Amino acid sequence: MQQQTSMERVNGVSEYDVGEFYDEMFAHDASPRENCNLLYKRVIGLTTLDLQRRKLAAERSMVRLGITFNVYGDEEGTERIIPFDILPRIINADEWKWVSDGLKQRIVALNMFIDDVYGDQKILKDGAIPEHVVRSAASFRPQCVGLKPPKGVWCHITGTDLVRDQDGKFYVLEDNLRCPSGVSYVLQNRQLMKQAFPDLFESLSVRPVDDYCGQLLDALNYLAEDRTDTPTVGVLTPGVYNSAYFEHSFLAQQMGVDLVEGRDLVVQDKKVYMRTTKGLAKIDVLYRRIDDDFIDPRVFREDSLLGVPGLIEAYKAGNIALANAPGTGIADDKVIYAYVPDIIKYYLGEDPILPNVPTYVCWDEKQRDHVLNNLHNFVVKPANESGGYGMLIGPRSTREEQAKFADLIKSNPRNYIAQPTLSLSRAPVIIEDHLEGRHVDLRPFIIYGRDVFVLPGGLTRVALKKGSLVVNSSQGGGSKDTWVVEELP
Amino acid sequence: MLSRVAESIYWMSRYVERAENVARFIAVNLNLSMDLASEGHQQWLPLVTTTGDDKLFYELYDAPTKRNVLEFLTFDRNNPNSILSALIDARENARSIREVISAEMWEHLNNFYLMVKDVGRAGGVSEEQLVFYEQIRASGQHFIGITDATMTHGEGWHFGQCGRFMERADKTSRILDVKYYILLPSPQHVGTPFDELQWSALLRSASAFEMYRQRYGRINPANIVNFLVLDREFPRAILHCLSRANDSLHAITGSDPESFSNLPEQRLGQLRASLAFTSADDIVNRGMHEFVDDMQRRVNAVGLALSNTFFTRHADAA
Repeated sequence: MQQQTSMERVNGVSEYDVGEFYDEMFAHDASPRENCNLLYKRVIGLTTLDLQRRKLAAERSMVRLGITFNVYGDEEGTERIIPFDILPRIINADEWKWVSDGLKQRIVALNMFIDDVYGDQKILKDGAIPEHVVRSAASFRPQCVGLKPPKGVWCHITGTDLVRDQDGKFYVLEDNLRCPSGVSYVLQNRQLMKQAFPDLFESLSVRPVDDYCGQLLDALNYLAEDRTDTPTVGVLTPGVYNSAYFEHSFLAQQMGVDLVEGRDLVVQDKKVYMRTTKGLAKIDVLYRRIDDDFIDPRVFREDSLLGVPGLIEAYKAGNIALANAPGTGIADDKVIYAYVPDIIKYYLGEDPILPNVPTYVCWDEKQRDHVLNNLHNFVVKPANESGGYGMLIGPRSTREEQAKFADLIKSNPRNYIAQPTLSLSRAPVIIEDHLEGRHVDLRPFIIYGRDVFVLPGGLTRVALKKGSLVVNSSQGGGSKDTWVVEELP
Repeated sequence: MLSRVAESIYWMSRYVERAENVARFIAVNLNLSMDLASEGHQQWLPLVTTTGDDKLFYELYDAPTKRNVLEFLTFDRNNPNSILSALIDARENARSIREVISAEMWEHLNNFYLMVKDVGRAGGVSEEQLVFYEQIRASGQHFIGITDATMTHGEGWHFGQCGRFMERADKTSRILDVKYYILLPSPQHVGTPFDELQWSALLRSASAFEMYRQRYGRINPANIVNFLVLDREFPRAILHCLSRANDSLHAITGSDPESFSNLPEQRLGQLRASLAFTSADDIVNRGMHEFVDDMQRRVNAVGLALSNTFFTRHADAA
């Protein structure tokens, strides 16, 4: 009897409102999707109290383990945990294969594009994408023209953001090719999930994520294999005050390599050295987590104190490998993004497996007029921002905001793109004593070394505020573990 | 090993040792004040003097009441030597070298800090003061144990050892100084139960009481000086601390322990030698305070030489 009551009450599944959205766990009639059946049964078998207890335990672990990110401009308590929802998001292995193939195709084409743009610029000469779009990109680095990165790969680590629309189909929302964050949370979330639901792992065949750091280390070592059999690898961080410092330190720790700051490095005779207790020691590969702008004051921003004077010269001389290479940001400019399907066709002669979200580029007069006349329907994004800043979400905006954005667009049309507001899919999260649907996206991680490796799953980010579409951790988003499940139990 | 990393390990260890030592002083005084409550002998200022922060204390508080001193030494962020400040610094150093220390070390230190911070946020210590300070002491010891058991005993570990033992040598010398300068000038108490109680308290604040008993039995000031300064086997004795720091220093450079290859080794070797060939009587005759003053100055000089040799990041040639 008792059992019955608690099952009923559990998480108020009976009152769960799928709404107008594609729900990651429930079909439109609120019955669990086939691949979520077992999860559903297990979760439904728990009392609300038990579920909350497991959630609290997971959050306490995060505080205890210091899995935190830094909040800029916040004096006391500068570290916070990213809220973590312990209901996993489940993706079928066959669907994942398709996503993963799409990501591989995309990253291979994007690398060819970057190599071409800083090389022969065939794609521009052929007019497959407009030359001025590339030349006017803030992330285009003339300093990188003519660079030949080791093994011809520019972008070794990518975090591509995917969303599911109302129809349940995945779309690429944006590519992050510079210093994408979040993979440490994927790995840590998985550890916490194993503590929270050991029984579920035993009955579902969830693809492991543990070998990410091994794959990353292999890819980094690979970059120096022509120069040395025993490369010294380091992770280059801006320092403890950076919001992603936890991740930098975690990756260095898990790979067993040095975590270095600019002030630890010095360049002599076009070679890069670490300042050690026994004098200078040569370093061969850097996984850099400092933006181009700050990486070398002699080449980029002169006022940067974070970087290493002379690093780019050493890089050009082939004495240090950088992952990701400087200049990769050209491929995640949001206007270039609009042309990625063309880029894939141009270099690979294939149709894109993963579609883009339909995108209007405002430098084009016709498209701009359409955007300006329908601002209330569009999400408008600046070409070169991240973290969800500087956006207009049309349907939720006031007339003043729309007017402000209309001015912004008109004064700098090259800097804006517009996309129809998608109806992002939702996933149930635990809110107090019941479940509620919240919008989610997905950031899978791709490593391009000897081969292309796609980490199964990725970081599911959750917009925790009711109705919100903003999933960024800097704006109060949370995360979920993402399970690629091998086969139906 | 990166100079910055070596420096952080060194300071992380020093700060944890410092937090633990301050908790020791406080716990002993809490005990003492309970024993002496009826005689009106409560003294809280000596604890502040121990850390050398009298001036700062009087800038922040008007009187050395128990409450003020406990707040100042435990939670006050304006006091760089308070337990909480030391733990924040220790943790900040640890956070910057998480990839080098073991996960257990980080986790423990993080929790150690959270525990103290939470008590501070909840309004400070009150009812169960002794338990709280014992927890701090135990957490410090726990950290040493975890470090010893989980971190490779390589270069980084040796820098940690240097930091810990330099700090400990300094703190033991300060404990002795307090007894001589603050507690002693009441000649009428010499040799009384009150005096013995204080000497015992001093031994206890160095966790040395039982070990002292085993070695010497009766409380006797010269023997106590002998034990806390010159003992070669007691882990909080100054000579022992300096010897361990010296071992680690030579392990780092790989140089012959009987010789030196750099300034910190030379200074530490000289300091050790002058202690090894002195006696408690020499010290007492020369004047305890003068001895301790000189000791602290020389310990600082070793620390400075260490820093200049290993940590400074001027662009040295390859």
